[in-house]
Amino acid sequence: MTHYDLLVIGGGPGGIASATIAAEQGLRVCLVDENLALGGQIWRGVATGQSASHAAGFHHWAGRFARSKARVLNGRRVVARVTPHTLRLEADGIAEDIGFNQLILATGARERLLPFPGWTLPGVMGAGGLQAFMKSGFNPKGRRVILAGTGPLLFPVAALAKQKGARLAGLFDQAPISQMLSLLSALAMHPSKLLEGAGYSAQLFPTRLQTGHWVARAEGNEKLEAVIVTDGRREKRIACDLLAVGYHLVPNLELPLLFDCALDEEYVAVDELQRSSVEGIYCVGELTGVGGLNKALVEAEIAALAAAGKPGKAHALHGAQRSQHAFARALDRAYCLRSALLDTVTDETIVCRCEDVRHKDLRAARDWRSAKLTTRCGMGPCQGRTCGGATDLLYGWPRQSLRPPITPATVATLAAEIEAEDTVPMA
Amino acid sequence: MRRFHLRHRACNLLDKGKFMPETLTLTIDGKPLRVASGTTVAAAILISDVPSRHSVTGQPRTPVCGMGVCMECRATVNGAPHQKTCQMLCAEAMKVVSE
Repeated sequence: MTHYDLLVIGGGPGGIASATIAAEQGLRVCLVDENLALGGQIWRGVATGQSASHAAGFHHWAGRFARSKARVLNGRRVVARVTPHTLRLEADGIAEDIGFNQLILATGARERLLPFPGWTLPGVMGAGGLQAFMKSGFNPKGRRVILAGTGPLLFPVAALAKQKGARLAGLFDQAPISQMLSLLSALAMHPSKLLEGAGYSAQLFPTRLQTGHWVARAEGNEKLEAVIVTDGRREKRIACDLLAVGYHLVPNLELPLLFDCALDEEYVAVDELQRSSVEGIYCVGELTGVGGLNKALVEAEIAALAAAGKPGKAHALHGAQRSQHAFARALDRAYCLRSALLDTVTDETIVCRCEDVRHKDLRAARDWRSAKLTTRCGMGPCQGRTCGGATDLLYGWPRQSLRPPITPATVATLAAEIEAEDTVPMA
Repeated sequence: MRRFHLRHRACNLLDKGKFMPETLTLTIDGKPLRVASGTTVAAAILISDVPSRHSVTGQPRTPVCGMGVCMECRATVNGAPHQKTCQMLCAEAMKVVSE
């Protein structure tokens, strides 16, 4: 088993920057990512030439990473924690253990998906999903596309779809305009973000963002044909081919929870050096608040310097760190979900897509455990990652404890666990 | 398909071979599909307008999250079932079958 001073999980900006800086400071570092190419979601497709967005930032960090002595393991999924200082990885069904003294978690966020009638129809996807597909070879040219949900992500996705030749049939955010205006004061501190927003609005013209509107249902026979959008008073039916809908982002908390890191509401609680409640484990980026690229980079730098035993060098970064943190919280307030979104769910609406469990079968359950036992909700291959964001809101079930394997793994991978504990010495 | 092919060749000529073989052909449910290299299998499934899988009650599904979370993009690739196609690149002569 290979042992490192520092293991970094997650190959997005936060992970790449953490691993690079820590290696430059002299630590033996390994970066692990489950995708085939580094970059995470925001830099997706840059390495394979499929996307040019934020390419300059990616090439700067990818070059610096390549020149550092940090190692990288791509296409590896973390399956389980073998000891407090060993993780079990799996790639193509082959298990591998990796030891570490310190750990930086930079696992990012995923889109919050919410159920509504028709959300399982072919042609309905996440907003971040559409962005990821467009950056990996899918071209929506000529298709009628509706963007809906909530959050700042809707703008760049709509702009990219339009640029690729999609016919934008609507852009809707559930947040009321009053709530979104509260962002303006936070944005005053980040003028580049204001400019970015203005740029997208110009690109999208004549389509404009309609605030206070959300998807009531999607209709179609075997595949999406139309979306019914509402403002709570009037519904309108819009014919379309693709509906990209996502409700902002939620952090990927599986690994922090596996290590019992304490949470602060929906995020991992960290101190000013990005240290979690567990000694030797740092969390950076979306895990500590959904704030995007610059937040991840500044937090990564601080965590890497702290892990290298040079927290004094991070002193100049704390101002930016606080400002980015405040911006992330302002985003959460601006894009706070309205309860009417849940009223769209009917008895027949599927909530758990993996097991096709409907709302009527879940309403009566007291908690996740009883729902699992009676309906298999959350027991399919996604392990509740998709429906979990909805069951929280719909039923108020308390958070369930997390047990390995945290991602589907082969029996051989799991069985190898015993052998590793018995025979592999810690370096 | 043919138009795409011709345009691609023109592009190569203009660039004087700067971009070498940039497309590859795979089959999705038996139908050949030419895609740019770097395309994920999930994107190829969306291009083809076929379901990646059918749910436990038989509903057709297509890829949703694009980042390895939702598992709706699982399909059989070169005989191996339940592959997360959004984290897999298309390869020449790859055989993708919806589940």
